[in-house]
Amino acid sequence: MTAPVLRVRGLVKEYGEGDARVRALRGVDLDVDKGDYVAVMGASGSGKSTLMNILGCLDVPTSGSYQIDGADVGLLDEHRLALLRNRRVGFVFQSFNLIPRMSALANVELPLVYGGVGQAERRSRALAALEQVGLSDRLHHEPNQLSGGQQQRVAVARALVTAPALLLADEPTGNLDTASTRDVLDILDRLSASGRTIVVITHEDDVAAHAKRVIRLVDGAIVEDRRRAPVDGPPPRLAEAAR
Amino acid sequence: MNRLEILRFALRGLLANKMRSALTTLGILIGVAAVILLVAVGEGSSQSIQKNIQRLGANTLTISPSFTGGGGRGGPAGGGQNTGPRTQARQLTLADAEALADRAAAPSVASVSPVVTAGSATATYEAASHDIGQLVGTYPSYFEAMNKQVARGTYFFNDDVLAARKVMVLGTTVAEELFGDLDPIGRQVGVSGVPFTVVGVLKESGSTGMQDADDVALAPLPAVQQSLTGFGPLGSIVVRATGASATASAQAEVTAILNQRHGVTGGAAADYRILNQATLQETVSAATGTFTVLLGAVAAISLLVGGIGITNIMLVTVTERTREIGIRKAIGAPRGAILGQFLMEATLLSLVGGLSGVLVAFAGTRFTIAGIEPVLVPSSVALALGVSVGIGLFFGGYPANRAAKLRPIQALRHE
Repeated sequence: MTAPVLRVRGLVKEYGEGDARVRALRGVDLDVDKGDYVAVMGASGSGKSTLMNILGCLDVPTSGSYQIDGADVGLLDEHRLALLRNRRVGFVFQSFNLIPRMSALANVELPLVYGGVGQAERRSRALAALEQVGLSDRLHHEPNQLSGGQQQRVAVARALVTAPALLLADEPTGNLDTASTRDVLDILDRLSASGRTIVVITHEDDVAAHAKRVIRLVDGAIVEDRRRAPVDGPPPRLAEAAR
Repeated sequence: MNRLEILRFALRGLLANKMRSALTTLGILIGVAAVILLVAVGEGSSQSIQKNIQRLGANTLTISPSFTGGGGRGGPAGGGQNTGPRTQARQLTLADAEALADRAAAPSVASVSPVVTAGSATATYEAASHDIGQLVGTYPSYFEAMNKQVARGTYFFNDDVLAARKVMVLGTTVAEELFGDLDPIGRQVGVSGVPFTVVGVLKESGSTGMQDADDVALAPLPAVQQSLTGFGPLGSIVVRATGASATASAQAEVTAILNQRHGVTGGAAADYRILNQATLQETVSAATGTFTVLLGAVAAISLLVGGIGITNIMLVTVTERTREIGIRKAIGAPRGAILGQFLMEATLLSLVGGLSGVLVAFAGTRFTIAGIEPVLVPSSVALALGVSVGIGLFFGGYPANRAAKLRPIQALRHE
């Protein structure tokens, strides 16, 4: 067994000072193995978004340790952290967070630009990523010309294009209608089947049903950790479909 | 992430908000152009004033009587009571002028022109009449010494002086007032009832300040003395030095001769005054320098306002795009890349604005502004450009740096 992609120990995050102090996370321990598809569930205020932001290196924990691919994130400087976000983690946001007035292709190319990939390779990888999410015919549309589902698929393509070790999705279907939700979840299923490590945050059981492992978070602590399918196997929905 | 990519991002960022970019550029353009143009106008006016002074004759000394030394005398006939050590202050006479023309005693003196001036002389031609501002009786050498050139007709000559012929050279103002469109050459003008024949019209020299330099008439000295002023003392003596470098020695020679002739000795104050055009020029250029500095200060304020415009826009741009910065950071943009992009945007804005400001100023200096031909001062171009780019860099860089330092989540949550 190789080292887990994610290893979190005693993660604590507090906001505010003194009386106004809120403990969003109170000591979370979590290992995610390579190829796993994890859904983190919880009511709003349970600290799941906080956990996701810390896992995505967007925020820093108050205490506790956190390793991605064996690298201790807490020890990295600003520049290495940027590299890590760029190469190891792909992030999909609830509100898409595409850069306005940039075409879908340019948005997907962006992480590669910051990663220092040459123009020709950048183009072909971005095209491949958009192909994967089924948007080859929307390359030059700007975000405001795309539907919510299409925007989210562009965001998924952007998260994938650097071939990250870990794909993080924070309520990826939260702002989408059912048809678009299905599209995005299908894409995640396929990615999981191809061996990508995925962590999804959601409060919808439908979404969680796609995951191989479901973790339930209440008041900043893990209360339930249930495995629904083996790490190396296909995600449950695809397994059902194949049956 | 190379420079070309940063440049592309910056251009894309600017083009995303064309109107705002254009207005910011315009603000800088106006600031830079104003500095360069106003300094150029200041420089131009100071040069034109200097030229006007030079036109009066750069190498000339004007000697006029002064009564401060003798004190308490006024009559034109000469000889009054003095309270000072000297008993008598003397007027300037034709004999003084002749003594100054002595080559042996005054080798630096090229020519001497005695001058009498008739105040309030009214010239008439048929029904037209005009009060001549300055009616000067002098020698022909005066034309050269004072840089008066004839546009039409001729000068008067030494023969005219010897024969005391009543001929006259008019300034353009006088000629226009009396004759309008007629050619004045050869016609008779009555000056206080005495007829003078017009032989020439001076080139227009333009008005300098309050005084109209073209409101003059020149006639031979004896003719004016005979008919208008009488054979009293001279109003002044204009001495032309042999060269620009000789004015100081000419002044010394003139002083020596006059001191001797007027009996001025030791600590006694002289009864005449020597006005040196070179000294005058220095004084005036110091004054016009102040003027240029004043204009420059006004222009600097407009540049400052333009700079505040850049600052404002940069602050707004960065604040507004904090979320975008957050997204870029979340997908792995290093701080340097983000800072580079915003710095590049600021530089492009201020550079494009500054350079077009320079172009506008270059175009503007080709025209005459309020009667002054502007003269471009290279250092003002460098200063204006430098300040605008500097302000752009600093005030673009500062908020961008602050935003780039935020944790991605803070930037993303920014609304």
